[in-house]
Amino acid sequence: MTIPAEAQAAITRFGISIEDYMLPVHGQIQILAEDGTMLPEDRRGSSPGHQYPVPTDRELLEAYRRLVIGRRVNDQNSALVRQGRLAVYPSSHGQEACQVAAALALREGDWMFPTYRDSVAVMTRGVDPVEAMTLFRGDWHGGYDPHAHHVGIQSTPLTTQLLHGVGVAHAAKLRGEDTVVLAMCGDGATSEGDFHEALNFAAVFNLPVVFFVQNNQYAISVPLAHQTVAPSLAHKAVGYGMAGERVDGNDIVALLAVLDRAVTLARAGSGPLLVEANTYRMQAHTNADDATRYRNDAEVQAWAAKDPLNRMRHYLRSTGVLTDDVETAFAGDAEDIAQQLREGLGSDPTLDPQDLFRHVFTEPTPQLREQAALLADELARDELSREEH
Amino acid sequence: MSTVAEAAAARAAATAGPDPVTFAKALTTAMADAMRADDGVIVFGEDVAKLGGVFRITDGLMAEFGDQRCFDTPLAESGIVGMALGMAMNGMRPVVEMQFDAFAYPAFEQIASHVAKMHNRTRGRVTLPMVIRVPYAGGIGGVEHHCDSSEAYYAHTPGLKVFTPSSVADAYRLLREAIASDDPVVFMEPKKLYWSKDAVDLEALRRDFDGAEAAERAEGRAAVVRPGTDATIIAYGPAVPPALAAAEAASAEGRSVEVVDLRTIVPFDDETVCESVRKTGRVVVVAEAQGFASVASEITARVQERCFHSLAAPVRRVTGFDIPFPPPKFEHWHLPGVDRILDALDELQWED
Ligand SMILES: Cc1ncc(C[n+]2csc(CCOP(=O)(O)OP(=O)(O)O)c2C)c(N)n1
Ligand SMILES: [Mg+2]
Repeated sequence: MTIPAEAQAAITRFGISIEDYMLPVHGQIQILAEDGTMLPEDRRGSSPGHQYPVPTDRELLEAYRRLVIGRRVNDQNSALVRQGRLAVYPSSHGQEACQVAAALALREGDWMFPTYRDSVAVMTRGVDPVEAMTLFRGDWHGGYDPHAHHVGIQSTPLTTQLLHGVGVAHAAKLRGEDTVVLAMCGDGATSEGDFHEALNFAAVFNLPVVFFVQNNQYAISVPLAHQTVAPSLAHKAVGYGMAGERVDGNDIVALLAVLDRAVTLARAGSGPLLVEANTYRMQAHTNADDATRYRNDAEVQAWAAKDPLNRMRHYLRSTGVLTDDVETAFAGDAEDIAQQLREGLGSDPTLDPQDLFRHVFTEPTPQLREQAALLADELARDELSREEH
Repeated sequence: MSTVAEAAAARAAATAGPDPVTFAKALTTAMADAMRADDGVIVFGEDVAKLGGVFRITDGLMAEFGDQRCFDTPLAESGIVGMALGMAMNGMRPVVEMQFDAFAYPAFEQIASHVAKMHNRTRGRVTLPMVIRVPYAGGIGGVEHHCDSSEAYYAHTPGLKVFTPSSVADAYRLLREAIASDDPVVFMEPKKLYWSKDAVDLEALRRDFDGAEAAERAEGRAAVVRPGTDATIIAYGPAVPPALAAAEAASAEGRSVEVVDLRTIVPFDDETVCESVRKTGRVVVVAEAQGFASVASEITARVQERCFHSLAAPVRRVTGFDIPFPPPKFEHWHLPGVDRILDALDELQWED
C-alpha cells in the first residue's frame, strides 16, 4: 500500500501500522453501554491503533445539553409538520448523537456538508433554527448563508454534496489553510456513483475530508442488506486507500472520541477518513412515509432501548455531573429553541412574488426582467379586479 | 384559478358509467397486465418492491409476481438505467422507476449516451424495449428537486420516445404501449394527476389492448380532448387540466376553444395539431415547464412553419417562468393557470 509521505507522518504520530490504520475495528467502537455505564477499556471494541481517549466531563456535559436540544428540535419540527406549519421534515430522532458529535467535532473555520436529515447538526453548528427550517417550510430552498457558519446548503440529491465538500477542502489546501471538511451522507446514499467519486478524489488529492456516514439501517424502505454486501460501510474506505472506522452511532462519547481523532488526523495531513456510525432512524423517512409497510415494531423497540439520550443521561447522572438543577437548565434551553421554532414558523412568512426572478443569475437576463414585469402586471390586474368586486 | 381536482371532477362527471379509477391505479394495472402477458416484463427501482414506490404505483407487483420480477435496487439511478439496458439487450422488457424527476439526472449519461443511441450505433441490431418511468412536474407542494419538468431533456435526445398521459385511460393505454414498444420510452407521469379519477373501464381497455384486432394506438396520436372552432390550446401532461378549465371558462365568454392533448411528445403528431390549427386559426401552447428552449418552443415553431397561412395571430405560449422550480409557497405564481391562459387567448387578435 502506498500512502503519501505527509499521511505517513501523521499516522506514525499516532503510533500505528498502516494496515491497522486503514481497516475499521471488528465490531464497533463503543464506550458507553446501553444502560449508561462506561465499558472497561478492553470491551470498547478497540484494537491496536483504534484506542480512543474519553472526552472530558465538561465536553460530555455540553454534548448532552446539545442532545437534549436536538431531540426537542426534532420533536418540535415533527409537531409543526402535523400542524401544517412545515411542508415536510426528515427527522433525525434517534440519531441526535451523530448530529451533535458531527457539529462539535469541527472548529470554527471548518466546513460541514449536510443532507436533508441533518438539520440538528446544522443548528448545533450555529445556524439559526428558523433559517434552517426555511427549506422545509417551503419559502426558499435554503434559508441560511453557507459562508456564515461554513455549512453547505442541506442537500437532497444524494451524495452530490460530498464532492462539493471535496472541492472546498481542495481549495483550502491549495491556499495552505488547515480547514477540515466533514461531509455527511446516509447508508443508502453510499450506493450512488458520486459517493465513489468523492472518496476517490479526496484520497487521490490527499484532502482533509472526514466522510461521516450515518448508517440508520434504512434508505426509505430499503434495508442496508439490499445496499451492500460489504462487511461494513467503513470497510469501503480501504478500497480508496483511506482509513475507515465504525462507531456506535447512539453513543455520543464514542462518537466524539472517534470524530475528534478523525478531524485531528485529517488536519495533520493524513488524507481523508471515513467514519460509519451505526444508528437507527426511529421514525418514518419523512411524515409522507409509512414505515409500517416495511419494518416491524419489535425492531424499532429494540433500538429504542439504545436511545442516545437515555444512555448519556444515565452515565452523567451516575458520575454526578448531571444534577437536577443542570437538567432543568438544559430543558429550559431546549424549550427556548422550541419556542423560537414555534414562533418563527407559527406565522406565515411574507412572500414577494418577485423573488421568483431573483438570484437566478447575479444579474437578471432581459428575459427574466420581462417575465418579472409580466407577473407584476398580472398581479396588479388581479388586485384591481378584487377591489372592483 | 380552477384546480386540478375541479377539472378532473368535471371530466369524471362527464363520463358516467364504471366506478372512478385513479390515474395511479391505471398505471399499476397497466404494469400488472403487461407482466401477466409477458414474463420478460420486470419492474425495478428504488423502493418499488416492498413499499410499492413512494407514490405506490408499483404497489402489489412484488406480491403478485415475486421478488425476481419486481425488486428494489441499491440506491443508484445510473445503475438502474444501465442495468436495465443490459437486461433489455438480453431478452427482457425492464420497466424502471426513477423516484422523482430530478433524481433521474444521475442516470442521464446512460440515457443520453446509450439508451437513446444503442439501436443506432448497432445499425439496428440491438433493440432496447425498456421503459423509464419518471414522476414529474409540480403542483404538489414539493420542495426542491421534486418538481422538475424534465421532458425537454429527453425530447431533445434523438432515439428516445417520450410519452406523457394526462387522463386515466391514457395512463393505462400509453403505459401498455410503452412497455410493448421495441424502442426505449421515457414515460413521464404528471405526479399531481396521480390521485385524479375518472370513470374508466379498465377491463375494456385491457380487452382493447390485448385483443386480436390491433386497437387504435395512442402513440404518435394527439387527442382532441375538447372540440372547438375559435382557437386551439395545445397542451400535454400536467398542463392539460388547466387547458381544459380555461377552455371551459372561455366558452362562458362565448369562445369555442379546442384542446389538443399531445399524449406523446415523441413521436410528435403534426397531423392532428395542424388539422386543429388550420380549423381554428388561433393557438395557445400551454406547458408547465420553463418556456425557453422547451417542448412548447418546438410546438410553436412547428405550427408556425406548417400552418402560417392559417394563423390569424402569432402563436402564444403560456409556460412556467425561466427559473428553477420555485419553493412550495411560490409555485402558484409560477404554474400556468386558467387566468394566464385566458389572457393569452385574449391576445390572439380577435378584433382583426
Ligand atoms: C439521487 C437521488 N436519488 C433518490 C433520492 C430520493 N431519496 C431521498 S432520501 C432517500 C433515501 C436515502 O437513504 P439514506 O442515504 O440511507 O439516508 P436517510 O434518509 O436514511 O438518512 C431517497 C431514495 C434522492 N434524494 N436523490
Ligand atoms: Mg439511511
